[in-house]
Amino acid sequence: MSRVQPSIEELERRKVVGINEWTVTDVTSTDFPGHYPGEDHAWDIEKIRDALHIEFHQNDPLLASFSLIGTDASIANAFRRIMIADIPTLAVETVFINNNTSVIQDEVLSHRLGLIPFKGGREGLDKFLKWWKKPEDDEDPSYFDYNTVKLSLNVECTHNEDAAPGETDPTKLYHHAHVYARDIVYEPIGRQSQYFSGENAIAPTNPDILIAKLRPGQVIDLTMHMHKGVGSDHAKFSPVATASYRLMPTINVLHPILGADAEKFAKCFPQGVIGLEKVTKKEAAQKGSGYEGHEGELKAVVKDPMRDTVSRECLRHEEFKGKVKLGRERDHFIYQIESTGQWDSDAIFLESVAHLKEKARRLEQQVVNMVR
Amino acid sequence: MPPRSKAKQDASQSAGEDDVVMHEPDISHELDIDETDAAVTGADAPMAEADGEEGFDENAEDESEEEESQRVKLLPGSTPTAASFEFLNEGHTLGNALRYVIMKNPDVEFCAYAIPHPSEPKMNVRIQIWPGAPTTAIEALEKGLRDLQDLCDVVTEKFIEARNDFKEQMS
Repeated sequence: MSRVQPSIEELERRKVVGINEWTVTDVTSTDFPGHYPGEDHAWDIEKIRDALHIEFHQNDPLLASFSLIGTDASIANAFRRIMIADIPTLAVETVFINNNTSVIQDEVLSHRLGLIPFKGGREGLDKFLKWWKKPEDDEDPSYFDYNTVKLSLNVECTHNEDAAPGETDPTKLYHHAHVYARDIVYEPIGRQSQYFSGENAIAPTNPDILIAKLRPGQVIDLTMHMHKGVGSDHAKFSPVATASYRLMPTINVLHPILGADAEKFAKCFPQGVIGLEKVTKKEAAQKGSGYEGHEGELKAVVKDPMRDTVSRECLRHEEFKGKVKLGRERDHFIYQIESTGQWDSDAIFLESVAHLKEKARRLEQQVVNMVR
Repeated sequence: MPPRSKAKQDASQSAGEDDVVMHEPDISHELDIDETDAAVTGADAPMAEADGEEGFDENAEDESEEEESQRVKLLPGSTPTAASFEFLNEGHTLGNALRYVIMKNPDVEFCAYAIPHPSEPKMNVRIQIWPGAPTTAIEALEKGLRDLQDLCDVVTEKFIEARNDFKEQMS
């Protein structure tokens, strides 16, 4: 089918987004049928399978970083958007305040409680817990073990009789001067104890989050209901602290940068991006290489473009004009996913892919129904 | 478990609750377990387990699948080769991804998506087919949605592969 096959250099050139002193060029992708006369860019899942490549840089429960290479920004962005806004987590939705004599107001306290990330048994969160529907005005609320998780926070600040005389530190002078996330107690209801007990119990992912400060006589006594929700409703439901990608930077040294210039050039980039190497005898002997007569001098070489922040500092200096070309690879997405703890960071990405597929599957059904 | 749109949530929720006895108004805002509810949903438990990824038990899932309101509409003025579709409760997430996949179809002359107004939960997709191409705009849309699913499978497969490789490398 393909009549014209572009050269590898041409394909490499096409996928670079130009980054210039004042402008950014070639931003849009052109890999569509009909864009280049005679070339075949039609959808072919096998071609996409060959082109697609994923490489991990880091994979910790709370932070994953990997490169997704060989797809379009529209796809990469869909995954990112789904991770932030469409993956469900459990968060405090309702706070019933029985008593609050602390200096922090009820509504502010409730908001703080809502933002605390919680963890719990994966099976229970995924399979057992279902959506909770906010009741309409004339409806009775439906609180069941499968849609509501109950927590309570009951602390009273008291004097510490054992405190040393002259002690000024409130945390030693009083009991419960500071209220932390770890003071929240989970109360299993019904079948929840099957899914959320022991290691799988629902608990704050970070027990050291400070909720409020108290003084003797002040009391916080409240119960909370947690429900499943999504980030598009409220950021507290987002499973990620951040989920972002950036494009792989490219640095092309077009003409040799030597000696003191090379050292200055390296300083234009974050550490480790540019390395300094000695010009070899062979290079110096090569006519037209730009290295003639510079044997033994330092030259700037690109070591690790991924670490570049693309500050464009090198484009501001007269001595590098025309010697360097900056760019970004349009199809190389370096993801960074920071989980809040309810999901593993790599599982969030997998879930986003599954979610997009499910979305497409449902809509395919809808289109079929539309025609019917 | 994939989250659902508002309409979907409502549908599945009411479907699930047909089986259970409604509660009295809960004045004490305490959680109590209705015996009837526990019994009915308990009977569904083995089915829910067999249901794999889906969080809903199978009964509710089937019902809601049928009950889901029609979210895709063919806009007036559409012809077989040039059509506009209106998607309810979809946004840039699906719109742009779908646009890209449909544009990869060689029979498609033009494809674009728009969100006509930010406060309306609507997303429009316009598809025009080349004259003489052996397909229709609706078929191109269906193919786009299918291709997107295939792509997701490939990404999942490659992701798991890369993760396993990385795990081996680290150990």
